[in-house]
Amino acid sequence: MSANLSTTWLGLKLPHPLMPGASPLVDDLETVAALEAAGAAAIVMHSLFEEQIRRETDETEMAMDAHSDTYVEARSYFPPRDMFPLGPESYLEHLKRLKSAVRIPVIASLNGSTRGGWIEFARAMQDAGADALELNVYDLGADPDESAAAAEERILRIVESMRKSVKIGFAVKLSPFYTSLANLARRISLAGADGLILFNRFYQPDIDVEALEVSPTLHLSTSSELLLRLRWLAILSPAVNVPLAVSGGVHDTLDVVKAVMSGAGAVQVVSALLQHGPERLKSLIQGFRAWLDEHDYVSVAQMKGSMSLARCPDPKAVERSNYAHLLQSWRKAQVRS
Amino acid sequence: MSRQHIMIDGNEAAALVAHKLSEVIAIYPITPSSNMGELADEWTARGRRNLWGTLPSVMEMQSEGGAVGAVHGAMQSGALTTTFTASQGLLLMIPSMYKIAGELTPFCMHVAARTVAAHALSIFGDHSDVMACRQTGFAMLSSGSVQEAHDLALIGHAATLRSRVPFLHFFDGFRTSHEISKIDELADDDLRALVPDELIREYRARALTPDRPVLRGSAQNPDTYFQAREACNAWYSACPGIVKELMGALGKRTGRNYRLFDYVGHPEADRVVIMMGSGSEAAHETVDWLLKRGEKVGILKVRLFRPFSIRDFVEAIPVSAKSIAVLDRTKEPGAIGDPLYLDVVTALREARDEGMRRTDPKVVGGRYGLSSKEFTPAMVKSVYDELAKEKPRNHFTVGIQDDVTRLSLPFDRAFDIEPADVSRAVFYGLGADGTVGANKNSISIIGDKTPLFAQGYFVYDSKKSGAVTISHLRFGPRPIRSTYLVQRAGFVACHQFSFLDRYDVLESAAPGGTFLLNSPVGPEAVWAQLPREVQEQIVEKKLRFHVIDALKVAGLTGMGVRINTIMQTCFFAISGILPRAEAIAAIKGAIEDTYGKKGADVVKKNFEAVDQTLANLHEVKVPREALATRGRPPMVAAEAPEFVKKVTALMLAGKGDLLPVSFFPVDGTWPLGTARWEKRNIATEIPVWDEAICLQCNKCVLACPHAAIRAKVYEPAVLAGAPAGFKSIDYKQTEYKGSKYTIQVAPEDCTGCSLCVEVCPARDKSNPKHKAIDMAPQRPIREAEAANFRYFLDIPETDRSKVRQDVKGTQFLEPLFEFSGACAGCGETPYLKLMTQLFGDRTIIANATGCSSIYGGNLPTTPYTVNRDGRGPAWANSLFEDNAEFGLGMRLALDAHRQHARELVTKLASQVGEVLAKELLETEAATEAGIAAQRKRVAALRGKLAGIKTDEARRLDSLADYLVRKTVWIVGGDGWAYDIGYGGLDHVLASGRDVNVLVLDTEVYSNTGGQQSKATPLSASAKFATAGKEIPKKDLGMMIMSYGHVYVARIAFGANDKQTVQAFLEAESYPGPSLIIAYSHCIAHGYDMAYGARQQKLAVDSGIWPLYRFDPRRAAAGEPPLKLDSAPPKIRPEEYLRNETRFRMSEKLDPARHRKLLNAAQAAAAERYAVYQQLAGVKVPHAPEQEEK
Repeated sequence: MSANLSTTWLGLKLPHPLMPGASPLVDDLETVAALEAAGAAAIVMHSLFEEQIRRETDETEMAMDAHSDTYVEARSYFPPRDMFPLGPESYLEHLKRLKSAVRIPVIASLNGSTRGGWIEFARAMQDAGADALELNVYDLGADPDESAAAAEERILRIVESMRKSVKIGFAVKLSPFYTSLANLARRISLAGADGLILFNRFYQPDIDVEALEVSPTLHLSTSSELLLRLRWLAILSPAVNVPLAVSGGVHDTLDVVKAVMSGAGAVQVVSALLQHGPERLKSLIQGFRAWLDEHDYVSVAQMKGSMSLARCPDPKAVERSNYAHLLQSWRKAQVRS
Repeated sequence: MSRQHIMIDGNEAAALVAHKLSEVIAIYPITPSSNMGELADEWTARGRRNLWGTLPSVMEMQSEGGAVGAVHGAMQSGALTTTFTASQGLLLMIPSMYKIAGELTPFCMHVAARTVAAHALSIFGDHSDVMACRQTGFAMLSSGSVQEAHDLALIGHAATLRSRVPFLHFFDGFRTSHEISKIDELADDDLRALVPDELIREYRARALTPDRPVLRGSAQNPDTYFQAREACNAWYSACPGIVKELMGALGKRTGRNYRLFDYVGHPEADRVVIMMGSGSEAAHETVDWLLKRGEKVGILKVRLFRPFSIRDFVEAIPVSAKSIAVLDRTKEPGAIGDPLYLDVVTALREARDEGMRRTDPKVVGGRYGLSSKEFTPAMVKSVYDELAKEKPRNHFTVGIQDDVTRLSLPFDRAFDIEPADVSRAVFYGLGADGTVGANKNSISIIGDKTPLFAQGYFVYDSKKSGAVTISHLRFGPRPIRSTYLVQRAGFVACHQFSFLDRYDVLESAAPGGTFLLNSPVGPEAVWAQLPREVQEQIVEKKLRFHVIDALKVAGLTGMGVRINTIMQTCFFAISGILPRAEAIAAIKGAIEDTYGKKGADVVKKNFEAVDQTLANLHEVKVPREALATRGRPPMVAAEAPEFVKKVTALMLAGKGDLLPVSFFPVDGTWPLGTARWEKRNIATEIPVWDEAICLQCNKCVLACPHAAIRAKVYEPAVLAGAPAGFKSIDYKQTEYKGSKYTIQVAPEDCTGCSLCVEVCPARDKSNPKHKAIDMAPQRPIREAEAANFRYFLDIPETDRSKVRQDVKGTQFLEPLFEFSGACAGCGETPYLKLMTQLFGDRTIIANATGCSSIYGGNLPTTPYTVNRDGRGPAWANSLFEDNAEFGLGMRLALDAHRQHARELVTKLASQVGEVLAKELLETEAATEAGIAAQRKRVAALRGKLAGIKTDEARRLDSLADYLVRKTVWIVGGDGWAYDIGYGGLDHVLASGRDVNVLVLDTEVYSNTGGQQSKATPLSASAKFATAGKEIPKKDLGMMIMSYGHVYVARIAFGANDKQTVQAFLEAESYPGPSLIIAYSHCIAHGYDMAYGARQQKLAVDSGIWPLYRFDPRRAAAGEPPLKLDSAPPKIRPEEYLRNETRFRMSEKLDPARHRKLLNAAQAAAAERYAVYQQLAGVKVPHAPEQEEK
């Protein structure tokens, strides 16, 4: 008998933990159909950036309005503005299209910095049919006037207001760059979040040394990035009372196994799908199932959190000492070669 | 039946009916009719169905000739069809119109009547276009107001189905087509009542179909053509009766009763004016006023001009009429009289001969209103006054001062009849500040919320950057017939403080009225800042004076420079047209309507602006007298040429109406170099040069669309008298060793686009934010930099024969195209400027109508200019469609002159000197030095010829300049080259003659407002391709390369300026036809033009815009003629496309479809590149023979 892979994420009963993470993959309905066919447990839409919406709205307004009624021969230079869904509108339209195109749950994702933006857009997403939400806290901590405590408070206020304004489940996607991540994670869960996603990946600015310009880049993840997430899954899963998801660095079957063992209830995959196409998801699901079967696991529930800080045989290795150990072994390897 | 009140303009009023009653609509954009086609397309795109529940199909064609051809075919095949056009467009339709009428085809077209270009182009309104169609067999129906344009559109569509005579329904361009008015909308039932299905079935039964085949369009011979032509007579005889009946039916339904000839006035009038169009509304209003004062006058409005019913006409004129003035809005030079006059005279004579009328009034004809010249009650009154004279003047003009042939009637400019219960307001704004949009909004609000009738009319200046707009609004208890600008306004608003120094803003302010000024200075200090003229008018007219710092409020509320909402709020707060609270609520409602879809953010910002406005609006305590010593500065500098001071300056001040006939050239010939006298000061920020880190690459100079940043290299001694702040640095390279170098900005001419900053490659190494050129506020440095620029201009120009022919070298050459009115950051003008730098002193330009002819040749001031020797580009615009042929004609003439001059040199060789003659004929080189030497020889030749007293010597003297090489540049946009002018362009290039064609490819009809052309790329959204274009851009270069003998280059200065310069030099030197296709970024692409050069680079890097040069001369050298100048696509098209609104829009509308188009674009780019790459390896077996120039 095959293992029971079912899991619960943001109140949604899913047949297994694997789903494509927030990415441009879902922009195209054909790809989405392929993802569904590949067995995706849910679809996560790319993030609606509050900042981006404001900028795009302003830019489009400038481009379309700035020259309207300015010259005698041309009332405008574009088809009428109201024919084009702009800003959150186009996101919501797409959400509706996805909802009618697939049977699996659609999780919308949003990313912002102000409380007003979060709530307004989250409600609109709920109204447009989103089954759950991801809030991507894209926080660099670059404001010298904001203390760590204040930054955390800001997040908590957002979570509280969100809880009050939407009925559907939502998860908070965090970066690892907080002073007391475990404490913050717990407070977020107490403030009303239904799950935590570890971790978002920032666009990293690169430098063009010839042109003296900054060029933003985003490299695809590798399995090596998973390790950081495994540790934090292991630390947080016993510490917070909401489900966790992993995002970033899941590329093969063993990555999935490790993530679930560390405590992930949901596993999001992006880079592997961008590299190998939607079918990759199918092989990951099959591989995961096969691995459980081969190793006589009866369910995901049995596996989940088995290697967390609370249950793993050597918690110290998770928490601290493997840092020093790894660095030393790496140095040895360098010397040897 | 409930009918809605709607606030729309005349174009929309006509188009609403046309779209409802058509199945096929084929159009071509032309001002001022473009909106009708655009609206029809928009409605179809939105799924708005016609009366019978189907979606009309809207097709944009390549020319009006094409549109009418498609229309003709659609009707032959039984579809209800319409089109919209004007001016030259209508003239292009004439041959087909004869056919359509000859075949008795039900058809109604709508024309926003516009001037046909004669001594000059004009986009404005008169009847010269429609009057050129009166012989085609079309019925002609004239509307004089927005409501009429709506009602008579229905009459036209209904009458044509019954009468089978095709209808041309027209109304005055701009005055009616663009006037916003509150009208009663016709209901579908009205349309249905007048257009019964049965008539449509009959129409369809006559359609061509293989199921019941017939033949039409036969050729007939002398034996039958004549009789067959007369066979249609009965239909024409019946037509007026049908129109009359339908007008009656419409009147019954709506209460608006029209007649074929509508008479308004005293039943026993002794003086009657007869006219058509919007002017008759002003006349109507004046007649009402005169009647109240006991005068026996009347006005006859001609509605159905063709077929002309004499009986209806004479019955409409009171028998008491003793003198009649017929007013024509067109001019037929050399005719006995203008057309309506001739018809009236003939009609009255025939009526008398036929016994329809006994009295024999005196009839005079007069001309008014050409090119939307104002037609006011004062002018109407002067006509009636003239008619009261014993011997009224015939063939007069009214509205101008003709001091040459003295035809004009005098009129009293102060005459005013507007009633007190009509509120009138005038707003001076900048195009970019949103004033017009806000006023359109106010009209909607007032039209919706009150029973008042509303009218809005908007005047723009002819610049595309920093354009000034003047809005004229009226609100009153009755329908408004005042079809002229507001002359006395109870409310005047000036939205830009600087206008006070340029325009007589308060000229139209009525005594006791209100003046609202957007002022950076508060209510206490503002008075002292006003010029004396403004103070005087405020005091004399006892104006109430309010100020607001709208920019401050806009800044506080995140509105940027858009002060529209703020100024609109002020208007409502002060004018009292609506209760304040109600007005505020209505403004907010309108904001929600406009921006609702864009998210609450913009709405919130606007709401806040509204709320903040009231707190910042202050009334100024007006002193008893004007004490300012500062007067309004002169429009142009004292050192400007006489003509500029006498004529141009008045036009600039908005007083061109006052210039009498004698001030004007008789044939449309104008002097060059006038733009430099118009100091517009439109940039808030201008570039500032840091000489210390400058690399001296001159890229900024090349990129500047306005020639407002320039480079010179010069002897150090020049600096002796330089102003203190004049910047200069040692020139770095060897070619001008020991020289000084300066980059100088023209602060008052710069538009602030910052394209130069974007192309500047020089960054401060320790602070890369700072470049060798950065933007800085203009105001603090204006005077100092203006002095520097004047000094800079006087520095001797670089020796043309010594400059290096590369990007840097050519940018030391003097631009002979400067300070045009093109958009800030225009992507076309850098190419034109470069062309004038390289060849301007020996170039004739044939310029197709479009953006480049507007910023190149629209008065008051024009950018082409001359060098110190008085040489410069000679420029002319013929039409839109004939430009290639126009340029070829120039070439043929130059060649003929040159040929004849050479013959004469040979003939007179012994008298002028054999050596000189031989040199003149044989040694001219195409280089700068060669040209200079030849000019010297020509001067020497002239010296010799002076001593020879023969006709041949005189003839050679007049032709001698043609011995020096002259270049023809044929310039136009993609609308011309890809669409309307393509046939001619193809022929001219095939001719093999030495012409150079520059296609400024913006990939869309820019001048008329963003309609797609065949140059529009795959996936771009444009008007008539709302969802994104599905067909790839036409590969014009590839098509022309197939000839083999044409030099073809595809360039983009922002991607490769070196290749751009090379292409120009090669094209000009190639002794045959050359074609340059130049990527021109444009505001119609939808992004900040500062990034134009960057987008060009992305276009090239993505393979969307490959660069190449195809030079047939290389074939002669055994090399492949095609040289590919760009690398294979190295970035994905998205990286280019996503930055432009035109592409983003199609993505927003349908992401999946957009992705498919995107993939197609990528595939096409790769494929095209592969094909070019192969071609670039192909050597042709033998070279065509080249003739030396």
